[in-house]
Amino acid sequence: MSLNVEWQRRDYSRVPYWLYHDTDLYNHEQKLIFRGTTWSYLCLEAEIPEVGDFKTTWVGDTPILINRNKDGKIHAVVNRCAHRGAAVCRHAQGNTKVHTCIYHRWSYDLTGNLIGIPFQRGIQGMGGMDDDFDKADHGLRKLRVACYQGIIFGSFSEDSEDLEDYLGPMMQGHITRLFCKPIKILGYQRQRIHGNWKLYLENLRDTYHASLLHEFLVTFGLDRATQKGGVEMDERHRHNLTYAHASSDNDSDAKEAYGGHEINSDKLKLLDPSLLEFRQEYTDDRNLAISTMFPNASFQQLNNSLATRQIQPKGVNAFDLIWTYFGYTDDDTDMTNHRLRQLNLFGPGGLVSMEDAEAIEIAHKASFSEERDSSTVIEVGGKGEISDRAYRVNDVPIRGFWSYYAELMGIEPDGAFR
Amino acid sequence: MIEVEKRFAIEDLYSAYGSCLDNDKLEEWLDLFVEKCVYKITPKQNVTLGLPVTLMLCENKNMLRDRIVSLRQANEYSIHTDKHLISNVCIKAEVDANIMMVEANYALFQTDNEGNGSLYSFGTYIDEVFFNKNVPKFLSKTVIVENWSIPHMLSTPI
Repeated sequence: MSLNVEWQRRDYSRVPYWLYHDTDLYNHEQKLIFRGTTWSYLCLEAEIPEVGDFKTTWVGDTPILINRNKDGKIHAVVNRCAHRGAAVCRHAQGNTKVHTCIYHRWSYDLTGNLIGIPFQRGIQGMGGMDDDFDKADHGLRKLRVACYQGIIFGSFSEDSEDLEDYLGPMMQGHITRLFCKPIKILGYQRQRIHGNWKLYLENLRDTYHASLLHEFLVTFGLDRATQKGGVEMDERHRHNLTYAHASSDNDSDAKEAYGGHEINSDKLKLLDPSLLEFRQEYTDDRNLAISTMFPNASFQQLNNSLATRQIQPKGVNAFDLIWTYFGYTDDDTDMTNHRLRQLNLFGPGGLVSMEDAEAIEIAHKASFSEERDSSTVIEVGGKGEISDRAYRVNDVPIRGFWSYYAELMGIEPDGAFR
Repeated sequence: MIEVEKRFAIEDLYSAYGSCLDNDKLEEWLDLFVEKCVYKITPKQNVTLGLPVTLMLCENKNMLRDRIVSLRQANEYSIHTDKHLISNVCIKAEVDANIMMVEANYALFQTDNEGNGSLYSFGTYIDEVFFNKNVPKFLSKTVIVENWSIPHMLSTPI
């Protein structure tokens, strides 16, 4: 089937609602995006530091197994037995010398090569496989793997650009800043959101919603659209970074800008403001820097809360969101506790993030039955050219997301903006 | 030997705890904690891995109050009602004359705004209960969420 999308505008300022709800389209996304030429976030090197350490994850809806081999090298393979298609590794993480499928005990080394088949020669000459069966032809499917600053990425394509080119200078800069020192994993949070995965990828590119939906930010003066900040994208506009500088506005700026929307900061103060304390850790004074990498990850700093977020689509109507929190290995106990305290801001129950799940679920639910010519409106920060903005109230990077999505899916309109 | 009155008082504390949450009496729920309390919700996964990340961490009663004020005034979340079933309340140890270690299981069902219900969360409470004279309150409460992939989102306390 070839896809036929009638874009109302070639700058993606209108996106048809059916694109969030169509099963055929979802199957194409798996093939052309997740198993296509993109690079996906797999996990962090700090999660599998020792030889034999492994972790399982998903790229799109393909199960993935990541191993650290004897030589310390990292290998990622599709976690699906070459025999009957069962998951070879059933554990979330662990350490092993070999992975053996429980079904018929076919076993694989840490690079994914098939090394053992029970009864391959039968029993006393009876049964078994034909002589021409070659184990070398039946390993686990291998992904291309590349690491950048301790983050492990994988790609299904041998032909796609190198990881560093895929990330581009903007993402490289953000990742290098966040991963400037060796990290230690502090733990995980996980949630299942009942909405299409693209709604979340858009949410991460929408600075317009941040201080409107997440009232905690404004109410308690943590982050306001009136702060100095903006959005940056890579050259192809597929990744984005939203940032803000600490203490770059005041209450009266905010009151004026938010107009009819009441600012509560005069009457509401946290009884325990330690939650909001910002300790500058980098050479710049950004207290918020959240980047989003096409197609499945986000890397965040808000004050001193540091995390990666991974998006795992679960069919057209749901996705899992996995938050991996970290600090630096040279953090003292006080700093670790400070980061753990600031975790209250993020995750499924985060004071500034819980709303995202609700917004996505109500958008998914209410747009379900829309006609094919019915579209969402994306033009805060203007129409036309897709480019960086040195101000915060805009959703331009959403159009960047769609422009790259449309290119990969082969559904760009004539004269499309890129 | 634990006095029977204390056992009943602890039973009543857990009943009041569930009742306050189920009836949206979050401010009354706060009264069930002492001032120097710790309240946290932890995914079972991190407990298993020995990692410290929580889903909610209030290190004193003021942080707990801030949570409730934020829920009332700032946060937007799924419209729902809760039903807590709390069982197997078990006094594990008497730390001293005033403090007891208590564990209990919970199941939390949620109903949405169209009347559809689902099992939202289940797990274990690992608590320290402090008796001031004969009145027990929570000195610490750790909610260990067994189904640690949170459905939808986490807003009101468990």
